[in-house]
Amino acid sequence: MQIEVRTLMLRMWRVGLLSGLALAAAPAHAFIAYVSNEKSNTVSVIDTDSWTVTKTIKVGQRPRGIDFTRDGKFVMVAVGDDDTIQMIDAKTQAVVDSLPSGPDPELFAQDAAGKILYVANENDNTVTVIDLEKRARLGDIQVGVEPEGMTISPDGKTLINTSETTNMAHFIDTSSRQIVANVLVDARPRFAEFKHDASELWVSSEIGGTVSIIDPGKHEVTGKVTFEIPGLRKEAIQPVGIGMTRDDKTAFIALGPANRVAVVDTATRKVTKYLLVGQRVWHMAFTPDEKYLLTTNGVSNDVSVIDVAAQKVIKTIQVGELPWGITIAP
Amino acid sequence: MIRWLVGLIGFGLAATSALAADPVMIGVGYLGVAGTRSTLSLVEQPADNDGVAGARLAIEDNNTTGKFLNQRFALEERRIKEGEDAVQAATDLAARNGFIIADLPADALLKVADALRDRGTLLFNAGAIDERLREADCRANVIHTAPTRAMLADALGQYLVWKQWKRWLLVVGSHDEDKLFADALRRTATRFGAKIVQERSFEDKGGARRTDSGVTLIQRQMPVFTQQAPAYDVLVAADESEVFGAYLPYRTWDPRPVAGSAGLVPRSWDAAQDQWGAIQMQNRFVKLNARRMTPLDMQVWTAVRMIGEATSRTNSGDVKKVTDFIKGPDFSVAAFKGTKLTLRDWNLQLRQPILLVDGRMVVSVSPQEGFLHQVSELDTLGYDRPESKCKLK
Repeated sequence: MQIEVRTLMLRMWRVGLLSGLALAAAPAHAFIAYVSNEKSNTVSVIDTDSWTVTKTIKVGQRPRGIDFTRDGKFVMVAVGDDDTIQMIDAKTQAVVDSLPSGPDPELFAQDAAGKILYVANENDNTVTVIDLEKRARLGDIQVGVEPEGMTISPDGKTLINTSETTNMAHFIDTSSRQIVANVLVDARPRFAEFKHDASELWVSSEIGGTVSIIDPGKHEVTGKVTFEIPGLRKEAIQPVGIGMTRDDKTAFIALGPANRVAVVDTATRKVTKYLLVGQRVWHMAFTPDEKYLLTTNGVSNDVSVIDVAAQKVIKTIQVGELPWGITIAP
Repeated sequence: MIRWLVGLIGFGLAATSALAADPVMIGVGYLGVAGTRSTLSLVEQPADNDGVAGARLAIEDNNTTGKFLNQRFALEERRIKEGEDAVQAATDLAARNGFIIADLPADALLKVADALRDRGTLLFNAGAIDERLREADCRANVIHTAPTRAMLADALGQYLVWKQWKRWLLVVGSHDEDKLFADALRRTATRFGAKIVQERSFEDKGGARRTDSGVTLIQRQMPVFTQQAPAYDVLVAADESEVFGAYLPYRTWDPRPVAGSAGLVPRSWDAAQDQWGAIQMQNRFVKLNARRMTPLDMQVWTAVRMIGEATSRTNSGDVKKVTDFIKGPDFSVAAFKGTKLTLRDWNLQLRQPILLVDGRMVVSVSPQEGFLHQVSELDTLGYDRPESKCKLK
């Protein structure tokens, strides 16, 4: 027992030394965010207590999609130009492994158990299915042209993939791995997000400039969120990332080169507020306590911190070049 | 037993999707001219399949989408030789294809458009950049995916003005299309506040574009030709005929950049364009055609994609229905240029950003920041609605 404690302490000391941080001493509400920097080929690590970058991890080429494994042990980052997904050990904050994704992986989704990973491969119109534990490729699913957005329904039964040139949300049965429905949305669908109660699927269309709301049972578009910002040309409004609060009452939508995050009342499906963030805002992630929402701003090379309750931008953190995706330790 | 099994399989198919029904066939014809023109630069020499290669990729893309909607696209290619009748070839194509993508000179295109008018065939002009096809000679059955000379000139002019290179030395070739491009450049200069400090013309006296020791001669000729010019910031060349433009960069008497038909060139597309997700399409194109994508390939790809976009939105292969949708207010198409492309309803010209390229990189994309418009900033490029002489019929 004593030996175990000592080993643990030794490990903690090592981790602290390696990362230049005394992690054990950090207050309970501090979280760690990982940001993929598409142009720098790095991942920036942000401490949400001090709101500073505590480490910059060198990864493969063109890192974009980024997410924690369900057990919180690894950060997976899709490095498209290296045709793989790298695994960052959350303890040592170093790349320790890689996954056999298909060519040019961009975004991915994992099942509830954290055993199966579904990867959108933009170059060959497929979704690759990967066994996370065995690090093995289980198969491919043919989808539309330029698959991008990926998400899984809360019950784990349906995988959603959006294809950017086909302009569809494909509904895939996760047990049979067959497409069961295709729903047309506006041009260049980039991101898909379920409400936590599974009643709606929201899909952003970058070029179409809208967010389609789909009834997942009927496979029908039941409404659209539209955006209008005075003084800003319509073409600059390009919705990408979507964040939904746990009570499903408020959605945050990143509007790309409009440099704003729209706050949407999900009951009325209307924008209630536009928050000015950095330039070309792309993806976002909530802290687990949902106090803060962090957005990646590609052109200004920074991350904006939004106070969720106050609906205000409170902080900007410089990261690497062209920050793209973001994930926060559970 | 076997019958029971077959029945079960049939039922299974029908139950899972509508794929059991015959797919809706959508025929797309491609009409071009045989042979390629000669360019000064060997690397810019067009391939035999310039243009139609873009159609092939778009047909593949449309079919990937089409398999979810039970639509199937097929391409029929036709090239007319010197002296062959374009109308006859087009009429023949139209017998099997409701849509025809044309890369034809302006006069031939107009003849084809008029011959096919009563058939209901929808024509796409993917090659001709002539203004008159969108102005006095516009046609209600022709959609233009190729940009116009004025759009190209304005795209370049906006950048030169933004760069504060406002004094232009204009050098014009002796062929008709060179003069038309020069007209467009003069209009641009007036619109955006640039000054053409002097014009010179470069006479085409014939001669080969490929010679053994050409470079020595060119190196002597070009500095002399550009000598004793009034103070200028940039030399703008109008040489669509490929006679002298590419000889100018690095050889002007004064050390000045070159733009227009050489140096910094305005184009609808470039093999170096990799922004806004274009890299995926560039990769698909190279994989399919074993070469890089040209502006003409892109103009054709866009036309075929417009058809695909409209057939999926209307869930129909009916030419009339698809045509109405393309011409309607809800139509737009994504073409890797950072913004949706829509049609100018007064002349059926596709609005589009124009790339400014130097042969290796995309230097900039117009419209430039600060050139404002009440409807769409893309309408700061080319003739706008109030100036248009087009009456669609």
